[in-house]
Amino acid sequence: METTKELLFGKTLNELIQVASDLGLPRFTARQLTDWLYKKQIGSIAEMSNLSKSTRELLSEKFDFGTVPPTKVQVSVDGTRKYLFTTARHQFIETAMIPDDDRITVCVSSQVGCKMGCLFCMTAKQGFQGQLSAGEIVNQIRSIEETTTVSNIVYMGMGEPFDNLDEVLKSIEILTSDWGYGMSPRRITVSSIGIVPAMTRFLAESEAHLAISLHTPFDEQRKSLMPVQIAYPIAEVVEELRKYDFSGQRRVSFEYILFKGLNDTPIHVKELSRLLNGIKCRINLIRFHPVPGTPLVSPDEETITHFKNQLNDKGIFTSVRASRGQDIYAACGLLSTKEQNLKI
Amino acid sequence: MQSTDKNKTELKPVRITGNEEISPNVFMVSWKREGDFNPGQVVKITADKQEPPRIYSICSGNEEADISVLFNVKPGGVLTPRLASMKAGDEIYVSQPYGNFGCDDSLATWISTGTGIAPFYSMIRSGRFKNKKLIHGVSHANQFYFEDFLSKTLGENYIRCCSRENNGDHFPGRVTEYLLGLPELPKADKYYLCGQALMVVEVRDLLIQKGVPYHHIYAEIFF
Repeated sequence: METTKELLFGKTLNELIQVASDLGLPRFTARQLTDWLYKKQIGSIAEMSNLSKSTRELLSEKFDFGTVPPTKVQVSVDGTRKYLFTTARHQFIETAMIPDDDRITVCVSSQVGCKMGCLFCMTAKQGFQGQLSAGEIVNQIRSIEETTTVSNIVYMGMGEPFDNLDEVLKSIEILTSDWGYGMSPRRITVSSIGIVPAMTRFLAESEAHLAISLHTPFDEQRKSLMPVQIAYPIAEVVEELRKYDFSGQRRVSFEYILFKGLNDTPIHVKELSRLLNGIKCRINLIRFHPVPGTPLVSPDEETITHFKNQLNDKGIFTSVRASRGQDIYAACGLLSTKEQNLKI
Repeated sequence: MQSTDKNKTELKPVRITGNEEISPNVFMVSWKREGDFNPGQVVKITADKQEPPRIYSICSGNEEADISVLFNVKPGGVLTPRLASMKAGDEIYVSQPYGNFGCDDSLATWISTGTGIAPFYSMIRSGRFKNKKLIHGVSHANQFYFEDFLSKTLGENYIRCCSRENNGDHFPGRVTEYLLGLPELPKADKYYLCGQALMVVEVRDLLIQKGVPYHHIYAEIFF
C-alpha cells in the first residue's frame, strides 16, 4: 500500500488517546476509534459515522485507516487457504487459514523473511527483510475472508516472533483487550526457537501460550540444524521454563519436526524425556515437508507413530500434527519466495 | 558451556578503553578483560540498561588485556549510533562471554562476511588457527579489517573476496562465487560460517550442493 501517512490500524488504545490529544480531540474519541478499527468491518476513516465530519477530516489529513487486503489466495483441497499480503515496503508475507471441525486457526507471520537461518526452513532462504508492525500482524487476521469466525491464532508463519517482540506483544494486546478483539489469550500461541531474554519478557508480559521449536535435544545436532543453539542452547531455554508454572491454563509445548534417521531414534526419545523431565508440557510432532536444497527427509508413518508412542510411554503427551494444505505450497515461506522470485 | 549459569548473561557496567573506526562505519569497541573466555564466544552489550542488549562476537584474543567487538553503525539503530559516539571512559553494559562457537584443531574452513570475521579473528589472535583456512567477503577493499595481520599470520590460507572492487589482490566477487568456482571442497573438513542470515543460508546450501555433509557445517548468525 502506497502511503506516507501514519496508519490508525495497529495502534493501541493508549496510542489512540495520544492521537486524540495531539489533534485536540476529546479523550473518548480514542474509544470510538478502537470500536471502528477493531470491532467493525469498515475500511476507511470516512465510514466512521459517529465522528463529526470535521473530526474525520482532521484524522484523514494525518492518517490512513491502515488495513490491507491480501493480494493472492490459494485454496487447498482440504479447505486450507494461504493468503499472500504485500507489505508497505513491497515485500511479501504469508498467512495460512486452517479449518478443522469447529475451529478456524490462522497462522500469522511476524517478520518478512527471517534471520535465524534454520536448515529446514524455507523462510530462512529469503534472509531477513524487515519487521512487521503490530498493524501488519493483526491485519493478517482482520483482512481475510474468515475474519469474523477465527477461533485460534498461532504465530508460526514467517519470521521469529521473539526477534520482533515489541510488535508481537502489541499485536497480542490488540487481539486480547476488551477495546480490541477481546479474544482469550488462551486461544493464541506464539512459537519461538527460544531467544531466552525475549521469552522471559513474553512470559511476564503476555498470557498467551508458548511453543518452542526443539527438533533435537542434542547440542551438536541442534547447532547444525538451528544456529540459534550457539547463542541460546535448548538446555538454557528449558531451564528458564522450569521457573514457570504451566500446570494451569497456560501451556507450553515443544515443536519437533521429524527428520528421517536424524532425530527419530530411541536415543532421542530418552534424551527428550530427560530434558523435559518435570515440565508439564506436550510435544507436537510435525512431518517435514521438503524444501529445496535441504538434505533432510521425513520418516515414514510407521516411524512417526512409533516415535510418538515411545514419548507417550515416557509420560510426555505427544501428538502428530496433521499435515494441511500440501497442494498449495504448505511449508511456510514457499509461496512468498515464489512471489519474490517472480518480482525479480 | 555452562548454559544454565544465569550470571553469564547478566549485564554489568564497564568503562570503554577504546573505540576505533577501523573502516567506514565499522567500529571496534574495547573494555578491560576481567576473566577467561573461549574464542568464538559472544557478549551482550547495551549503552542503556532500559534498552534490550544486542549480541556481538568477541574479536580479541583470549589473553589480550581488553575484550573487543566489532560493530556496524546502523543508521536509525538504537544502539550502534550511540555506541559509535562513545569514547574511552564512557560506560556501557556488557554480559560475561558465553556461547560455544569454538572449534578444535581439525581441518576446517572459516567463512565470513563483513564483521562476521570477528569470532575467527578472535581464534587467530588466541593462537587457535592450526589447520584453518579463512575466507572473508566484503563489498569494498577497505573493509578487509586486519588484512596485514591476517596475511602475515595465515599466508595463503587467508582468502579475500571483494564483490564491488577488483584491484587484483583478491578474488573479485562474492564468497559464494568463490566457492562455486572451486573444483572440489574437502568433504571431511568442517565449515564454520558467520555473517548475515542470507549469506549463511546461501553458503550452507552451496556447501551441501557441493557434497559437504550438513552436519559438518556450523553457523553463527547476526541477531
